[in-house]
Parts: sequence; structure tokens; C-alpha cells
Amino acid sequence: MGLDVWNWFPADAQTLLLILGKIILILIPLMLCVAYITYAERKIIGYMQIRIGPNRVGPRGWLQPIADAMKLMFKEVIIPTKSDKFLFLIAPVLSIMPALAAWAVIPFDRGMVLTDVNAGLLYILALTSIGVYGVIIAGWASNSKYAILSSLRVGAQIVAYEIAMGFALVGVLMASGSLNMSDIVEGQAGGISSWYIWPLLPLFFVYFISGVAETNRAPFDVAEGESEIVAGFHVEYSGMAFAVFFLAEYANIILISSLTALLFLGGWLSPFEGMVDAGHWLGETSLFWFFAKACFFAFCFLWFRATFPRYRYDQIMRLGWKVFIPVTIVWLFVEAVMVVAEVGPWAV
Amino acid sequence: MNTIKHFIKSFLFWELLQGLAVTGKYLFAKKITIQYPEEKTPMSPRFRGLHALRRYANGEERCIACKLCEAVCPALAITIDSEEREDGTRRTTRYDIDLFKCIYCGFCEEACPVDSIVETHIFEYHFEEAGTQIMTKEKLLEIGDKYEQEIAANKQADAAYR
Repeated sequence: MGLDVWNWFPADAQTLLLILGKIILILIPLMLCVAYITYAERKIIGYMQIRIGPNRVGPRGWLQPIADAMKLMFKEVIIPTKSDKFLFLIAPVLSIMPALAAWAVIPFDRGMVLTDVNAGLLYILALTSIGVYGVIIAGWASNSKYAILSSLRVGAQIVAYEIAMGFALVGVLMASGSLNMSDIVEGQAGGISSWYIWPLLPLFFVYFISGVAETNRAPFDVAEGESEIVAGFHVEYSGMAFAVFFLAEYANIILISSLTALLFLGGWLSPFEGMVDAGHWLGETSLFWFFAKACFFAFCFLWFRATFPRYRYDQIMRLGWKVFIPVTIVWLFVEAVMVVAEVGPWAV
Repeated sequence: MNTIKHFIKSFLFWELLQGLAVTGKYLFAKKITIQYPEEKTPMSPRFRGLHALRRYANGEERCIACKLCEAVCPALAITIDSEEREDGTRRTTRYDIDLFKCIYCGFCEEACPVDSIVETHIFEYHFEEAGTQIMTKEKLLEIGDKYEQEIAANKQADAAYR
């Protein structure tokens, strides 16, 4: 009966509906993750400061993110009189769009991916670069000195770290010989020792730290610099417009965590592959491994925030340009020599 | 040599890992949060909260309108008017403390020669209407009557150090 209704649709509409369904299946859990990573952040940082964090709304504070979301939804979106209204409102959208669109090529499990395009990694690099426009436009459209200063900082910082990040990813490309996310993961099959993290260890650190800098998280969060520029590029934003920036920031954290897990830690592959009996769940590939690895990196983001003081701005620039870029270039040479000499795990 | 040492340390993230270890350790440490409305921290007998005017055991109010508290008050929160009573003693006709001005320094309590004005343990209070923040003589005496035992006990506990 239900199948008849389905067949009644033309083939194109069926495809469209299937894709829409998949998008919803990705975005709703993602939004829930974003909501609960804010809760996790407050809890974990609280615990690290010997506090207990939010615990009033719902049992153990589990409903806190829901309450926060409700509050933000019902708040007024104040548009400054002398701001550029169109850009002011489009900026948060520009900020969250790439953070969500990037998930189209993220494989969650073998074959569990919205679009298995061959240029997946390139697509992700392109989209994460667009994210900076949201911030810069927000800073400019606000017509506020704090916002513009902050967006200038963000612009310079993201450009600097994107180069190191891109070079680190070149290392992954050289190792896997593919831009397809699924192929990159499959290239790491064979247990924990086959993961790209080992031959690409310096690139892994450069990538993850650049990822932290890209998402403007502590210790690279000069964009928010409370003491100097109040709250950074979103000082003038309130209500849902502010919430969308917030969503984008946390969606980016999850994105960077997932990418690190996929590119360096074998995504959905089990670390115990070939070590336990065939058929045992520990040795199987599963969504669980991907989720566990991504969660670890997301935890690291929060851990860093609880631990490190904010970098001075010139030190951020120094780290990006004078440390990370040389390190990645040197390691790319080392890797190239390894590939030519056929030392290492890759089968090129 | 030191440069090389520093170089190696930086590349091994040595100091960063030390920092992470500290926060990592505290993640599992016992939490010291006091869940405020349900749990409360112990309070010193010297705590300075809401004010009160005390009476002697025979019911006579202690305040003799010497106005030392009014004089010492750094925030000018106290206003006193006084008149001679029928029995020839001097008493206040008006004793107002504006709690919006008060900084809870406790100087009035220190200045009082007859231990009349005191600051009690009460710190959870609020005002819902403009004007109610002014504590009149009646209100202050009422608080004093209500908490006399506690106030006396606190005075007793602190007396040895005065």
C-alpha cells in the first residue's frame, strides 16, 4: 500500500525526496550534537575547574541546551540603525551554510554518505574557506569598531592557518592517492598501525591545531577577545541571528573533529582489525568507531579551552606562518622521499 | 644547548601536555560546588547582613539617638531624628536606613555605644516596590525582636575578640 504511493511519484521526484530525507537524517542528529556539545562544553570545563556545571534544567541539566535554544528563539533580533541590513542578516547564513554543506561528503560508515563525490576533500576545503566570509561580512555590516577589528583578526588568522591546513591535507592526499573521502578511509584499512596518523604524525598535529585555529576556538579565540573587543564580530547580534553564529561555530568543531578522525584515524575502521576473531564487533567497521574518534577530538577542543590561555595575536601569526607552514613543507618532502623509496604503508 | 632543549620541548608539546595533564586530573577531582538554595556555607558570627535595632530585656529600645552611626556611615545611608520623650530620656522618632545606599561595612554596629544597631545573618531579601528599600525604625525593631536570641548569641561569640 505504502509502496504504491511511493511508485506514484515520478522517478526524479523520488530521487529528490530520497536526497531530502537523507539530508534531514544528517542535519537533525547534527543539530542535536551541536546543542549537546554546548552542554558538554559547560559540563567538562566546569568539571576541570572543580565545578559541576549546569544541573538545574531537567535531570542533571540535560534539558539546558533546549532551554537555551528556546530563550534565543524568543529574543528580539536587534538590527543596528546604521548597519547594512541585508548583509547584517545574510552574514550568519553565510557562516552556517558551509558548516552544514560540508557534511554532504562526510562518510559516516562504509557507503553511508550523502554524495560519494571523487573531489570530496577539495569540496570540504573549498567550503571551509567560505566560512570566513560570514565572519568578515558580519563584522563589516555591523558598523561597529569592535566587530570590524575582530573580523579583521579572524580574516588574517583563518587565511594563515588555511595554508598550513591545506598543506597537511596534501600529505593525506599523497598517502591515499585519492580525493574521495571513502577511498581515503579505506586506504587506512588493516588496524591501528595502518592509520595515516603514524607516517603523517607532524601533519596530524598541524592539521588538528590549525583546525582549532580555523574554528576560532581557545587558545586561538582572539576573535572574541572579551577584554579588548567585547565579543568580537558578533557584538551587535542578538537572538536567533547570534544563535546561528553559535551553531556554525559548534558545527565547525564537530566537522573538524570528524575530518581529523576520517583523514588520520581511519574513520569508521576498527583499531582492532585483524587482532580479534573475525565477526567480533570490536574488529568490525562501524558507525561507533567513527563516532568515538570524532568525540575524542571534540573533547580535545573543550579540553584545550579549559587549559590554555589565549595566544597573543603576533604569536598566532608566528605559529601559523613561521612554524606550521615550514613544518608541513618539510614533512611533505620527507613523505615524497618515502613514497618514491616505497617505505611506508601506502600502496602507490 | 638550552636552545636545542627548548626546541625539542616545543616540538614534543611538552609544556602543553603538562598543562593538559593538570586539567585532566581535575576533571576527575572531587567537586567543591555548594548547591546554593539546598546547601549553604557556614557563616561567621561577624557576618554583616540586614540591619536590626535591638531592645533591652525589659522591652526598652536600646537606641539613645546619639547619632554616632549616622555620623560614621560612609554612605550616608542613615537618617535619624530625635526628641525628648515624656520620661525625659532622648529617643529617636525616626531611624531610616536606605539599603540602596548602605554598603554593609558594619561601621554603625561598631560605633554604637549601646549595641543597638546590629547587622544580622539575613542576606536573602528583596524589594518589590520602590521605597520599600528604606528600613524604618518599626521594621528594624521588628527584625531585632524576631532574631534577638541569634543576635545575642553572635555578639557573645564575638565578644572575646573585641
